Formats: sequence, C-alpha cells, structure tokens
Amino acid sequence: MPSNTLATRTLHGAGIGRGLAVGRVVRMPDPLPEPANTASALTPAAELTRASTALAETAADIRDRGARAGGTAHDVLEAQAFMAEDPTLADDIEARLQTGLTAERAVFEAFAGFRDLLISMGGYMAERATDLDDVSQRVIAHLQGVAAPGIPDPDFAFVLVARDLAPADTALLDLTKVLALVTGEGGPTSHTAILARDKAIVAVVGATDALQLREGETVIVDAAAGTVRVAPAADEIAAAEAELAERLARPVAVVGPGVLADGTRIPLLANLGSADAAADAVAKGAEGVGLFRTEFLFLDAQSAPTVVVQQEQYTKLLAAFPGKKVVVRALDAGADKPLSFLNDSAEENPALGLRGLRALRANEQILRDQLTALANADAATHADLWVMAPMVSTVEETRYFTALGRELGLKTLGVMVEVPSAALLADRILADADFASIGTNDLTQYTLAADRLLGSVAAFQDPWHPAVLRLVGEVGRAGAALGKPVGVCGEAAADPLLAVVLVGLGVNSLSMSPAALADVRTELAQFTLEQAQQFADLALAANSAFEARAAVLEVSQHQSHPNKGAGQ
Amino acid sequence: MTERTAQIASSHGLHARPASLFTQAVMKSGVKVNIAKPEGKQVNAASILGVISLGIESGDTVTLTAEGDNVDTVLDELVSMLERDLDAE
Repeated sequence: MPSNTLATRTLHGAGIGRGLAVGRVVRMPDPLPEPANTASALTPAAELTRASTALAETAADIRDRGARAGGTAHDVLEAQAFMAEDPTLADDIEARLQTGLTAERAVFEAFAGFRDLLISMGGYMAERATDLDDVSQRVIAHLQGVAAPGIPDPDFAFVLVARDLAPADTALLDLTKVLALVTGEGGPTSHTAILARDKAIVAVVGATDALQLREGETVIVDAAAGTVRVAPAADEIAAAEAELAERLARPVAVVGPGVLADGTRIPLLANLGSADAAADAVAKGAEGVGLFRTEFLFLDAQSAPTVVVQQEQYTKLLAAFPGKKVVVRALDAGADKPLSFLNDSAEENPALGLRGLRALRANEQILRDQLTALANADAATHADLWVMAPMVSTVEETRYFTALGRELGLKTLGVMVEVPSAALLADRILADADFASIGTNDLTQYTLAADRLLGSVAAFQDPWHPAVLRLVGEVGRAGAALGKPVGVCGEAAADPLLAVVLVGLGVNSLSMSPAALADVRTELAQFTLEQAQQFADLALAANSAFEARAAVLEVSQHQSHPNKGAGQ
Repeated sequence: MTERTAQIASSHGLHARPASLFTQAVMKSGVKVNIAKPEGKQVNAASILGVISLGIESGDTVTLTAEGDNVDTVLDELVSMLERDLDAE
C-alpha cells in the first residue's frame, strides 16, 4: 500500500475483548453537510431531471443491497426503496424546484418535511424517521457524486474506521468482511462496544486520532493492548500474522466452570434479555444467569403485562437452567429506556430522576405483579431463583424491596449496586440484602458524573478508573465480612483482565454477554487469587483508568501461565 | 370517474404495515388511485408518505377514486383490503 509516506505510529483506545486483526483501513463516510440554500444556476426542468434520476438510481441501489443482505435487512431496505420512489415526495420536490432551488436542497427539504411529520406522529412512525433520513442522505450523495453514507461495502475484508456507529449501521455490518472496528468516539460501554463484544468483533473504541487514519492504510488492531499500530513494518505484520495463526490453532476452553489457577471457583454467568437466548448461553458455557433483564416484556407496551403473561416467560427461562442460579432484575425503566406507564413526566436529568426501584415503588402494583409472577414461576421450576432491585441508593430502599419480595414468597433477594451511596454503605445494605450485584456501567456514570450516552464525555466512562474500583472494593469487603455473595454484571466483567482485578477486589461471580465467556474463562485460569489481589492493589494505586490498565497489563504479562503464549 | 368508500378495519388505522401493504397493492394494480378522507384533500394512494400523512385511523371512512375503464375490479379489491384487519394478517 502507498502508505509508507506516513510514519509508523501507534494509536491508543479502549480495546474490547482480546482479539487481534491485520488489515486495510476503510473509512466510514462522514455525514453530509446540509445542502446550501442558494439559487440554482440550472432551469427547474434540468434540476427535476437530476432529482428524478438520483431518486430512481438510489432506489435501485437500495433494492440491490436488500437483495444481497436478505432476511430482515431485506424488508427494511425494500421499504426504504419505496420511500425513494414515493410519488407524493416526487411531487413535493418538483414544487420546490419551481421556486429555483437546487435538486440537492429540494430533496433535503422534502425529506425533512416528511421526517418531521413522521416524528410528530410518534411511536412506530417516528422510528421510521431515521430510515427517511438515511434515504435522503443517499439521494443527496448521489446528486453530489460523493460516497453514500453508511457502512462501506468493498469486495475485500477490511478494518472499519468510524467516528462512531449508529445502531442502524451496525445491523447491516457484514461480519465476514469486517476484520476489526476502530472508532474515534465512544467508550467501553458505548453501543458500538457492546455490539463488538456481543458479536466477538475485534475492536478498539475511543481511539485518539482515529479519524486521521487514511483509506487503504495497513493497521494492526490489538484489542488486548487497546492499540492500533499504523503503517507497521513488514516484520511487525509477519509477527502479528504468526500470532493470529497460533491463536487459531490454540484450543480454547470453551466450556467448564470459571476457576482461578489455584482452584478458586468464580462462577461465570450470562447476561440475557429474553428467554429465547438461554440455549445459546448454555452452549457457550454459562453456569447460570447473572442478569436477566425483564424490560423486553414491557417495551412497546401501553400498560404492564399481566401476571399470567409474565409467569409464562419466567417459567420458560427458569426451565432452561435446572439446578442453576438465575438472577432476575425487576423492571429497570428510565434514562435510556423510559416506559410511559411508569413515569411519563419529562425530567431535566432522567439519569438522576424517578427510575429503577424509585419508579417501581411509585407504581407498586406493577412491582407486586412482577414479583408474584416470579414466585409462581419459581414454584413450578427447579432453577435457583434470585431476584434483585435496580438502582437502589439507600438502606431503606433495600429493606422495602427485600420485605416486599419475602411477603410475596421469594427466597433470595438482593440489590443492584449502581449508585455510589449504595457502594459506600454496602456493609449496611448487605446486612438486609441476600446478595449484591454491581452494575459497573451506571456505577461509572454516577461516580465520574459522566452521562453514558454522551459522546463528548465518553472518555470518563471507563470502569478501570481507580475511583470506581475503590467502590467495587467496598462492596467486596462488605460481602466477605458478612458472608454475602457479590457479583458484577456490567460490561466490566467482560473485559478479561479487568475481570481478574474485580475478583481481586472481592467479587465472587461475573456475568456478561455469552460471547465474552470464553475469553474471561481463559484469562481467569492464568492467575491465582493472590495474584488477582495484587493486580487489584496496583489498579487502586493508579491515578487514572489508563494508568491502572497499563500497570496491571504489564505485570500480568510477566506473570501469566506459560501456556497463555508470549506477551506482546 | 369511479368512486368507492371504505371503512378502515385495521386496529391501528392506516399506518405502518397496513399502509405499506395497501400502497404496494395500489402500485401493483397499475391504476392511478386517489384516496381522501371526507372533506379532506386527495393524495396518491400509491404513496406511503402521502397515505400516512392523512392520519387515517381505525373506523374512519375514506373515499377511493380512479379514472378510466375497467377500474371497478381494482377499486373493489382495494376496498375489501381496507375492510380487513391488516394488522392481524
């Protein structure tokens, strides 16, 4: 590649998982700027021809992509093609062209008008507004002769470089072609990171200067080290390729319980969002469920589902894990996933508002119905059901939830520790609760005062931060003193090296996306509890998330079990 | 001009999937059909954006019109489509 004009260099970001990839950079095109509202130099008739041609060719192109994608993507793209061909839209564009606009501007305004209309209709129609925006961008790109926005689709495997990815983009990602993902924005809990972990895509997110990467440059993406090596020397490429070949040949401990090198058991559990995903989790070696999110039963609903409907779903889930632990979280609405029947008042700061257990308590019948359905499902199955409340911040809330759960017949009741106040008072909270499960995503958000969903503060959203780890340590210590189990079910548990640190801080079970289980299991087996505690001390002594990770990474590479293979 | 009226049976009105099924059926027929609510403006019935912009709800009465010979069968089929609950199909 003609990339040797640029110096060999290394970019740093947050690595997701442990993967390694070597490949050529393909950049995600930037969103197009709004077309200028200047008078056209052409006649309205000439602009109309341009607009009609662009609409027809864009529709044909979308239809073609749909045919290649197949499945649900096909339906979505077919609907988009109809939007580009829509006669009302064409009439609207023609009327606007009569006033002397350029085709670009007329297309932009016509689509925007319908987009606003869809948004004002709410619900399902409002969700289609993004599709309309996407079609609009494609038509304008066609008119301007520039690359269409969205995931590029070259005919070779590539390393995708983007500012960040939208959920709609990731749905169409062709995993056979994307060797790795590198983003300039977003932290380890961003949508992109969660997707990468879920699909086991090699990824480095929030990489500084990622947007400086040029099309066609060769890069080595090392998720374990959180680095992107740009324009590497030939021997570096050869070494990376040899390492890749060796990793492929190495047997992976896919199943079996989570255990440290000294035999200490650390159960590895799965985070699930629906009962249908249970079989996949078992196949990937989950020893149970550490976080079952119940929101799916409530999304899109105008009112809460009945006890009978819920009981059926919970029974299906529990039946998949006979004799195993299944931790179910009561409905967690709010902030990024509001439910109108729980809380429909607009809040200035929803993350600090009526959410989690607070919202359930304000609608106690919904909580009672859910706990009743869980107790009934428990009676009909043989799993070991634990139930926990989301976003608990006080001892008093803990007592409220555990008392209500026991009244309704549940045996094991715990709390999520996501708010710093709950971590700081873990010794009092665990006196009442049977267990604690640390949600590191929210705990990081609240500890660093950085909105999880805001790209501009994503750099603060790193669970390696010593302040977050100190709070985890508080909970671990309280659990050990009182003999109560402490788990972690945030994204932090899926970071293999951080998982070892969490164990060193007193965490005794880890729950994650099933795709991350194999890497975490392999990493845990390399170290003893004593080493994990030493890593935890190192991380706690650091001044930043970056220093904590670097310090532990360096020591771990010298201490790991020889079978793990050479360090970087 | 041929005209028919229909009462919308789909439980969520003529939005989303029902609107998509209906406009595609119009397009396939090859006939230029307009749709309107009583006293409302006419829009091209083959346009999903036009149809949903009318905000047609379940139970509303709409008028379908078309020009030309042999459009009776097409309009009858479209009316029978609107009078089924397309959400349930």
